[in-house]
Amino acid sequence: MTVSLGLDIGLAILVLSVAVWTIAVREAFASVVGFVVYGLLLALVWVRLWAIDIALTEAAIGSGVTGALLLGAASRTRHAKAEPEALTLIVRLAVAVFCALITAGLAAIVFLLPEPAPTLAPDAAANLSTVGVGNPITAVLLAYRAFDTFLEKVVLLFALIGVWSLAADRNWGGAPALWQSPDRNGPLTFLGQILPPVGVVVAIYMLWTGADHPGGAFQASAMLAAMWMLTMIAGLTHVPRISSTGLRFTLVVGAAAFLLAGLAGFYFAGAFLAYPPGYSKALIIAIEVVMTISVAGTLVLLVAGPPERGERP
Amino acid sequence: MTGATIFGLCGAALVGLGLFGAIVNPQPLRKILAFNLLGGGVFLMFGVIARRGAAAGFFGDPVPQAMVITGIVVAFSATALAVALMLRLFQLSGRIALTPEPSAEAQSRGADG
Amino acid sequence: MEMSIARDVFTILMVTAGAFFFLAGTIGLLRFPDTLTRLHALTKADNLGLGLVILGLLPWANGTLAGLKMIFIWLLVQFAGATVAQLIARVVRHGETQP
Repeated sequence: MTVSLGLDIGLAILVLSVAVWTIAVREAFASVVGFVVYGLLLALVWVRLWAIDIALTEAAIGSGVTGALLLGAASRTRHAKAEPEALTLIVRLAVAVFCALITAGLAAIVFLLPEPAPTLAPDAAANLSTVGVGNPITAVLLAYRAFDTFLEKVVLLFALIGVWSLAADRNWGGAPALWQSPDRNGPLTFLGQILPPVGVVVAIYMLWTGADHPGGAFQASAMLAAMWMLTMIAGLTHVPRISSTGLRFTLVVGAAAFLLAGLAGFYFAGAFLAYPPGYSKALIIAIEVVMTISVAGTLVLLVAGPPERGERP
Repeated sequence: MTGATIFGLCGAALVGLGLFGAIVNPQPLRKILAFNLLGGGVFLMFGVIARRGAAAGFFGDPVPQAMVITGIVVAFSATALAVALMLRLFQLSGRIALTPEPSAEAQSRGADG
Repeated sequence: MEMSIARDVFTILMVTAGAFFFLAGTIGLLRFPDTLTRLHALTKADNLGLGLVILGLLPWANGTLAGLKMIFIWLLVQFAGATVAQLIARVVRHGETQP
């Protein structure tokens, strides 16, 4: 029983305790705070599993941006009257037994995983020099399985269109009303002026170094999204109207650039999303830069929600 | 019993917990939270499989890790859509619940543009 | 050989002191009567605890740049923590002064 094993057991127990508390606590707000803590602890678990890229993404998007979204939702619905418990004790016990069975089945799978484990790491490593990047996860995301990443970008846009479509007809084209009445002289203004330049530099660094070290486009975009949200919450910039052409162009340009690169792959390299040899790293960096800007904007607007102020105030 | 196995069991427990919370809790926001817990458990099991595939100088198989990153982003977009639906429901009907309200109240409230 | 023993002892001392301050801050969070005193315990003790932990980890940093990054992280955490504490305190004060 080494120290690192003890650390792993302690971390797993901590994660499970916070998860149980998140489900069991009465207030919705406390539950959301528990969820944010759970996300940060999960990031530590990812580091222990030697998945640094996932740890960055979990801390940034899974815990940070999702936490902002859920906190906003919890604060907006805090005056809703609590609904009475809908299920009887017997039904809840039956559900608990059912879930315990599922957990037992999954735990059995964990113990029955094949040994030696099948892996694609040698295949990924063999072609890494052709792709030109040093981080295998970036190579997987943007070269081996670039189509998945392209579709993921489109899924984000679809979610945004779905969120926008929930606006009332008279509000279409207006601005989301999530961050209103800011206090112009508060400490948040100070934070909103000092932190965004630092955040933007860190984001650019994460994007650039993601080619060879842990990092990448999604983590950088989450950082950019957080900085933009901070300036909006502090009242230093206005929430944009969703009908503005500049905003819509920014949102679409990521997927569009990806699609263009894919179609150009037909002409230059013989297949959709194939990179011509020698240009692959440059193409990957270019696609990542454009994608980061688009995804950052999409993340912020997903948190902001549907427009609630009309075009003409 | 390696560290990866422990976290795999943790992931399995999170799946069970998340499923329980999603079924039992009547409020939509708590269901959304439980769904995210469930997703975290699934990702954790993916991560364990990735860790066990460490070879060729890497500390983990990069393909499942990339899939988990994609999954985290897609889970966030699904959560955002679910939260927007819940807030719109709250705006229109004044209550957050998935059970239909008594029809007399609904008729007296009328429709909100 | 001597240097590495001195380095280990330094790290253990600093990290233990940092952990003790974190523990003190958490005890303050649990035992103090109202929000403002709890904020006070949290921000002061936790920032000092984090500073001591980072100080203890500095001898193990891979080069000056990594050490500077850790100190920068400490500064950022202080900054964010101070601002958030101010915001929470304002909310508490407005809640108290409103009838």
